[in-house]
Amino acid sequence: MIDLKNLTIEKARKSLDAREFSAVELAQTYLNEIEKKNAELNAYLEVFDDVLEQAKKADEMMEKGESYPLLGIPLAIKDVILIKGKKVSAASKILENYIASYDATVISKLKKQGAVFLGRTNMDEFALGSSTENSAYGVTRNYYDNSRVSGGTSGGSAVAVSAGMALAALGSDTGGSVRQPSAFCGVIGLKPTYGGVSRYGLMAAVSSFDVIGPITKTAEDARILFDNIKGNDPFDSTTLPNKNSAEFKSKLSIGVPWNLINQEGIDSKVKENFKDVVRRLENSGLKIKNIKLPNCLPVYYIINFAEVSSNLARFDGVRYGLHLNGDNLLEDYLLSKGKGFGRESRRRILLGAHVLSAGYYDAYYGKAQKAREALKNDFKKLFSEVDLVLTPTAPTPAWKIGEKSNPLSMYLEDIFTVTANIVGVPAISLPSGFIEIEGPFSQSSSEAKKKLPLGIQFMASHGCEDMLFEVGKKFEEVSKL
Amino acid sequence: MNIKDVERLAELARIELSNGEKKELLPNMESILGYVKQIEKVKEDSDVGRPNFGRPTSEIQINIWREDEITPREFSRELIINQFPDSKDGFLKVKKIL
Repeated sequence: MIDLKNLTIEKARKSLDAREFSAVELAQTYLNEIEKKNAELNAYLEVFDDVLEQAKKADEMMEKGESYPLLGIPLAIKDVILIKGKKVSAASKILENYIASYDATVISKLKKQGAVFLGRTNMDEFALGSSTENSAYGVTRNYYDNSRVSGGTSGGSAVAVSAGMALAALGSDTGGSVRQPSAFCGVIGLKPTYGGVSRYGLMAAVSSFDVIGPITKTAEDARILFDNIKGNDPFDSTTLPNKNSAEFKSKLSIGVPWNLINQEGIDSKVKENFKDVVRRLENSGLKIKNIKLPNCLPVYYIINFAEVSSNLARFDGVRYGLHLNGDNLLEDYLLSKGKGFGRESRRRILLGAHVLSAGYYDAYYGKAQKAREALKNDFKKLFSEVDLVLTPTAPTPAWKIGEKSNPLSMYLEDIFTVTANIVGVPAISLPSGFIEIEGPFSQSSSEAKKKLPLGIQFMASHGCEDMLFEVGKKFEEVSKL
Repeated sequence: MNIKDVERLAELARIELSNGEKKELLPNMESILGYVKQIEKVKEDSDVGRPNFGRPTSEIQINIWREDEITPREFSRELIINQFPDSKDGFLKVKKIL
């Protein structure tokens, strides 16, 4: 029996290389877990039919004496990253039967190493949402309480790792889509520097925010996965030149924007947990400084709507995807888009068309771009004063499925995460403990109380992912005390 | 904003909406736009130039060039054609435009 609960990429590598178990055995163990849990949790939209074949190939590579960090490591992939010959739908009806014709760069890199792809994971349609409730294929349930959401948009990936249905996963982060579900599911999520990881083969949501990031159980695993997918790519001109990571001093100073954390709308238990984290970090010798950050949600959402409306325009039922027949070409468009896109996608496309329209462009989009520049300058100054910025990852723990029916209330959940995407800096979400919640719970649960995970987020300056892994490891030690 | 604005935007975006959805979208969009309207109060730098899309400030406004060389890549013609809603003799078939 392989002990999946305590298994990490690091440990699995050692065990595989020492032939304590084979890649096939490891993959089969995960397939068994998926078989047991996925019907209830809905983390995977599809489990690939060639998992054991992939694992067998990995074993053959090992037989030949090859060893790479991710050789034989079973991974879950968000349903928005292309794997040649596999379905990829962005959890949308408009791409229900779409089959990828090439590999994303991150996939090619992982394939070269002999990583094993278990399946494609559920998400909010086109990565628009904060709970995975916007999937056209049903919500992904939280492993800690199945009446609650997993967070989103990479909810399926976070639950796959959280519930032991994958050793690690890839998600994509536009405004918190890797970090927030990781916080809700008690795992680690990294949003790399903008341009740090190639997006060739990632379906675009908001091109000036999107980045692919790992979801893992430890900070070291996040480092391993990130190090093996990052780097410049001629097929993505927005990738940064390859550089050695910046040196950093061992005594890190941390800024905390108390003005954002002490405002209304932040759950009292989240605040309590956060204050406790700050105390523990202070006791461990880190310097904490009070800083101020603005509410960045208006800037974020205006740019989000604008770019989503242009990025989703390509789905028109002409070359691929859902095609519904009308009397003429215009009717084909109207029907295909009307039926193919889900509610939130339709809403954002319309909002984007509005903020970009001639009469409103300057007041919304133009203004947002200027505010974005101002914020970037502020951050440059901020990171000359502190090394890291610390916040809770989300203002609340995972909510009940269906609880946030008003779209604006869902948008407000992204208050701490969007800032890193606007300025392009890397950020990591780390598990920061649990809160207890009272029942009654859905279905036939007899438990009176349950635990729900919370997360904290560190942001660092551009290209300083190593600092995030370092502080992540330190926090793991502090949390054990 | 009124229902006509919603209809105009839907037409622009080529999305067919039911009457029920239009009615539901109107208050949603109004409350969302009301919220993001706070942007008015956000300070801005007067001389920001072109947006630089999330790059560190030291690397802004550089174009990414490459040599105009052909590097063949393998794509499966069959895989791509199979995605077409309608095709004939390996070509994508579409309705007449005019």
